[in-house]
Amino acid sequence: MSDTFDIAKEILLTPAGLTEAALQGVLGNILTHNVDSADIYFQTTRHESWVLEDGIIKEGSYSLDRGVGIRAMAGEKTGFAYADQIDLDSLNQAATTARAIAPHGHSAHVQTLSSSSQHSLYAHRDPILGMSENNKIDLLRQIDAEARKQDPRVTQVIVSLSGVFDVVMVAASDGALAADVRPLVRLNVSVVVEHEGRRETGYTGGGGRYDYEYFTEQGRGLGYGKEAVRLALVNLDAQAAPAGSMTVVLGAGWPGVLLHEAIGHGLEGDFNRKQTSAFSGRVGERVASDQCTVVDDGTLSNRRGSLNVDDEGTPTQHTVLIENGILKGYMQDKLNGRLMGAGSTGNGRRESYAHLPMPRMTNTYMLAGKYDPQEIISSVDKGIYAVNFGGGQVDITSGKFVFSASEAYLIENGKVTHPVKGATLIGNGPDVLTRVKMVGNDLAMDEGVGTCGKEGQSVPVGVGQPTLRVDDLTVGGTA
Amino acid sequence: MVEPHKEACVGMEREKLESLLEQLLAEAKSQGATAAEADVSLVTGLSVNVRKGEVETVEHNKDRGLGVTVYVGQRKGSASTSDFSTQAIKETVTAACGIAKYTTSDPYAGLADAALMAYNYEDLDLNHPWPLSAEQGIELGIACEAAAFAVDKRIANTEGASVSSHQGARIYGNSHGFIGSYDTTRHSLSCSVIAQEGDDMQRDYWYSSSREPNALESAADVGRKSGERAIKRLGGRRINTGKMPVVFATEVASSLISHFISAIRGDALYRKTTFLLDSLDEAIFPSFMTISEHPHIKRGLSSAPFDGEGVRTQTRDIVSEGVVRSYVLSSYASRRLGMETTGNSGGVRNLTVSSGSKDLAGLLSEMDTGFLVTELMGQGVNQTTGDYSRGAAGFWVEGGVIQYPVEEITIAGNLRDMYQGIQAVGSDVDFRRNIRTGSILIKEMMIAGT
Repeated sequence: MSDTFDIAKEILLTPAGLTEAALQGVLGNILTHNVDSADIYFQTTRHESWVLEDGIIKEGSYSLDRGVGIRAMAGEKTGFAYADQIDLDSLNQAATTARAIAPHGHSAHVQTLSSSSQHSLYAHRDPILGMSENNKIDLLRQIDAEARKQDPRVTQVIVSLSGVFDVVMVAASDGALAADVRPLVRLNVSVVVEHEGRRETGYTGGGGRYDYEYFTEQGRGLGYGKEAVRLALVNLDAQAAPAGSMTVVLGAGWPGVLLHEAIGHGLEGDFNRKQTSAFSGRVGERVASDQCTVVDDGTLSNRRGSLNVDDEGTPTQHTVLIENGILKGYMQDKLNGRLMGAGSTGNGRRESYAHLPMPRMTNTYMLAGKYDPQEIISSVDKGIYAVNFGGGQVDITSGKFVFSASEAYLIENGKVTHPVKGATLIGNGPDVLTRVKMVGNDLAMDEGVGTCGKEGQSVPVGVGQPTLRVDDLTVGGTA
Repeated sequence: MVEPHKEACVGMEREKLESLLEQLLAEAKSQGATAAEADVSLVTGLSVNVRKGEVETVEHNKDRGLGVTVYVGQRKGSASTSDFSTQAIKETVTAACGIAKYTTSDPYAGLADAALMAYNYEDLDLNHPWPLSAEQGIELGIACEAAAFAVDKRIANTEGASVSSHQGARIYGNSHGFIGSYDTTRHSLSCSVIAQEGDDMQRDYWYSSSREPNALESAADVGRKSGERAIKRLGGRRINTGKMPVVFATEVASSLISHFISAIRGDALYRKTTFLLDSLDEAIFPSFMTISEHPHIKRGLSSAPFDGEGVRTQTRDIVSEGVVRSYVLSSYASRRLGMETTGNSGGVRNLTVSSGSKDLAGLLSEMDTGFLVTELMGQGVNQTTGDYSRGAAGFWVEGGVIQYPVEEITIAGNLRDMYQGIQAVGSDVDFRRNIRTGSILIKEMMIAGT
């Protein structure tokens, strides 16, 4: 038994007088119907946020959510019910509702619940309690002052700080018993600059599975303030972006949102089991240039997309998706893994106890290549250098994906010249990486700001990549 | 369709929830709040997904929450929980009051004026329960999907059909003594299928959503439309980069108007993060356009008697003769701007764009040659500058007639120019949306393709 497990047990089971034997009993109760497997997911989430605007601490909020979800699976069928009280009555009621997906009968036995050793990728401290309110507020005020002193054209600064303390436990009929204690902090800065009647905004932030000290160390929080102002000023000076198909150099780090949209979603197990993905049935085929190796890795210390175990109790892992351009495999949860004859890859995630798990990404990134980033830019006669992005979106069936640049420059004769306005880039997932001509040696992960939405469920994720040169990508400018 | 039985299950619950809310406000007062507001919500329901003629998931939904905002003088704090026990209510209020110790006194903070509260409001007929069983849901889903497969043998795969029915209660109250509450229902039917021809796979969907189960489109119609839409997309290609007229089909036209609403919201105005700063009395749209809000439409999907602050909602023109007549404000924003709240805390409700006489075919004919957009992808809208650049799919039109499907292109422009460039609004209104508009023809946008 790890510390993590004991903490989770103390928070989730002890107040309701629940024991592991009781959980075993509830699972046994579900398996009196003809289901293959079942699981119980307990969760308590504390969340707080503080917002500074107009130089004052304008808002603060706190929320506490707690509940338990029960899932019963029979073949491709799933019955699901949940309750926002954790006690034996609610558990039994939800179990009765969920198992109704299958008729009375017997097809599987509950294995004895046992927990095994797992990763310890982050501290199990509650970030909300880890810093005094006065210190949180001081941090926001310092960032506000830092941003405002950067440039007289700054007219508005909004700084927000949020912390989550999420404690989960999973007990499954296959014997899995696991818990995770997941801190998550985030700091965002958004600024408005104004000059000669023209206004622009700059937005940046960061975070991860840390406590709030992360933002005071190495001046990180102040750095976000400076960066937001820099971004806004770059855009204040931007001219119209070009329109049409051209060579695009993507910067390292957050531009890895390309991989998340173009490749990642299409390689999630559910879409491939249903054969609705443009990547369905293509394992072993070339889907990228041989310079490209792409992985999903939930085991990176302290990263926003990392988990010790996924929401089905499976330890997260380093999963190779594309190796030297060849498609290697998919990201799986238990249900889709089982139906496809593969195991879970530790990618079964859910937004909360009130949502069903499904295959989701953790931290998705491309490994470093051999080129110096400067060499990559020098190789381009005419194109775009895009270094910051907003979000993206993909149609996994047609493979078409978009992502929107928020900081981009023209490349002319091998040199980065003028900033251009934000523009949406569009491409086709299954072939965009085949047009990757150069992969940089500067792999970087994002700052810890990504949230991925799928079927109405949001989960925190990470992305990363080195500088990349992609030929023939469509840039949605106006010039 | 199943006959609905009128049931009062949530209605009975509502009285209990109202007393819970009163308890919450009393607790706030006793803990030193000088003013407070709270809301309680409860939603129960069932969602069924069917795929390839078999049930895939049956989800029993039961969500509830309560939230409180306290004001200690001009300092504000908020807290919420899903736990309705007396102990949890005390702790939630304590958390909110704790936060208000650290927030700064804000001269604009506070409740909306007591005189604006919706002390009397009419029943908007929003509650039409549907005692849908899992078996009935599965049956409907199967029928829906079967109708899609029947469209064409190239409908080769499916993401499935979904049927859901939810019933909820909303209760809001504040320390002016106002408490308002009402029950709502929302039912929906949707289907998403895949057309396949060689390596080409195209997905599309259709849905119907209503307060009343009997007002839903039939499973056969929803399925058939999803299948027809997917088939039409087969063989999509790119078009050349260049400037051309664009028609936004009704299912995407509402997004254009939602960008306008976001740009005249109070928070965007006082933060100056809008390209429509000081746009009151300015002709942002052509003179034939009126955009009005109708929060009291009976059985309307976005109807509400009062807004997020208890303020009486009102029917009014936001744009008439193309001129912006009113912003979209909460009480906080209105105090910041020195104006009156427009009852829009929580957004606009049943926004309606005046329609012209032409249907979609008429608009395409008026456009003659250009791009009909039926799907948009990505965010790509800068609200501060109005710069617009989004991924799109749709159809190439020549001589007013659809020629072939188009994909993997972007459309770009500036929203100010796009609004000025609106040449016609169609009569083909999509009533499923909060923003009700027909298709919109815009004179010119930049397309990026090959």
